[in-house]
Amino acid sequence: MPTIDPQTIRQGDRLALSRAMTLVENDAPESREVQAALFPHTGKAHLVGVTGAPGTGKSTLVNQLTKLLRNNPDQGTDPKVAIIAVDPTSPFTGGALLGDRIRMRDLAGDRGIFIRSMASRGALGGLAHKTAAFVTLLDGAGFDIIIIETVGAGQAEVDIAGLAHTVIVVEAPGLGDDIQAIKAGILEIADIIVVNKADHPGADNSVRALRVMLEMTQGKHNSGTAKAHHKVTLQPDSSKTNQPDSVSWKTPILPVISTEGKGINTLVDEIQNHAKFLKDNQLWQQKEAARLRKDLEALIRHKLVRKWQQTLDENKFDSVFADVIERKCSPIEAVDLLL
Amino acid sequence: MTNKKIRVLIAKPGLDGHDRGAKVIARALRDYGMEVIYTGLRQTPEMIAEAALQEDVDVVGLSILSGAHNALVPAIIDKLHEIGLRDTIVFVGGIIPEPDIKKLKESGVYAVYGPGTDTQTVASDIQKALNIIND
Repeated sequence: MPTIDPQTIRQGDRLALSRAMTLVENDAPESREVQAALFPHTGKAHLVGVTGAPGTGKSTLVNQLTKLLRNNPDQGTDPKVAIIAVDPTSPFTGGALLGDRIRMRDLAGDRGIFIRSMASRGALGGLAHKTAAFVTLLDGAGFDIIIIETVGAGQAEVDIAGLAHTVIVVEAPGLGDDIQAIKAGILEIADIIVVNKADHPGADNSVRALRVMLEMTQGKHNSGTAKAHHKVTLQPDSSKTNQPDSVSWKTPILPVISTEGKGINTLVDEIQNHAKFLKDNQLWQQKEAARLRKDLEALIRHKLVRKWQQTLDENKFDSVFADVIERKCSPIEAVDLLL
Repeated sequence: MTNKKIRVLIAKPGLDGHDRGAKVIARALRDYGMEVIYTGLRQTPEMIAEAALQEDVDVVGLSILSGAHNALVPAIIDKLHEIGLRDTIVFVGGIIPEPDIKKLKESGVYAVYGPGTDTQTVASDIQKALNIIND
């Protein structure tokens, strides 16, 4: 495998970028230099997460959203948009069928767009282990907006909240009643909630149930990571929030019909509003710091395990493990013997 | 040590809408542990080449039932070469007359599969082509 010059990636060489992503994904040793060289140029992109249950229309939404972001009459320059679309890896065969591109055919032929499908490769939080590293490469390559579409997520796949600045949770009518809406999990991480397929029966009920849920939680926490203790003066807001002295983002609920492109304008506006809100309240930097810290800790953990594996005496492991199987030694005691 | 996975793009160029074969092969290669990207219907040579580049695939599988293979396949291979993908393995599935198979192979197609091909043949051909059998 030839080494990749990070400079060519900075200059817009798409093949070099793509090859670098493969190296990163496969944990190839050559990937370290590229990542290190690009890192100083990162931190500029707006990271937008799109998550939601399977079949709610995430890919179709991303397709429409990207189309509008690229051709928005309201802005001066068109931002370059990258999309990372994560789909699940089979736990049985290790294979994956990555089908998000099917919904994104409108985006073909635009050089300002780069789409990469990614298999989750055993990670359980809705992303792959290397998704954050992909973000570093794309950010360093100069993409202004990076959209990260998670695997079809249910109630616990909330890793995206630690990665993205803005999290869009996509719902669709008919997926559950108001009790679903007040459970813990995915709705808690939403900065923007989209009720897709708003032309389907029951859409009004979904919007209403979600609105009631938000009224109950609004003010208790803001956008997942920004907790209410960050006191920043705020224009007193007449409605809903219980703690007028804390920064508070009101999660909008937007009815959208992705297949027809309806409601996408408002979504683009809200994404931009959210970025402005984060920047105005110094939350952008806080999110960045929290993310980098998480990345760093994950890398340290990974390396520590590697180091331990390298120094491990296999025979000793086998003999201790044999004792565990025979219930002569508990797993807790075994850890002390093996570390 | 790297965790290399075989990545395959399955594409349907041209205008026919019969994608059952493409789906069967996509699903089968998934079950052989590969990461399969399916592009959907009616892809132009440019779209296929660009998708192959962005996804950095090792293999491109083309499913064609329209009879337009003699025009489409060389155009796709040209596009792949044009954007720097010279080592990508290309295979074709569909209803391809015997004399055309030879021509397609001359234009750079690694293998052509007709109806009834065992999916295991396709999977092991890919592994062979990538020289990673029993690696």
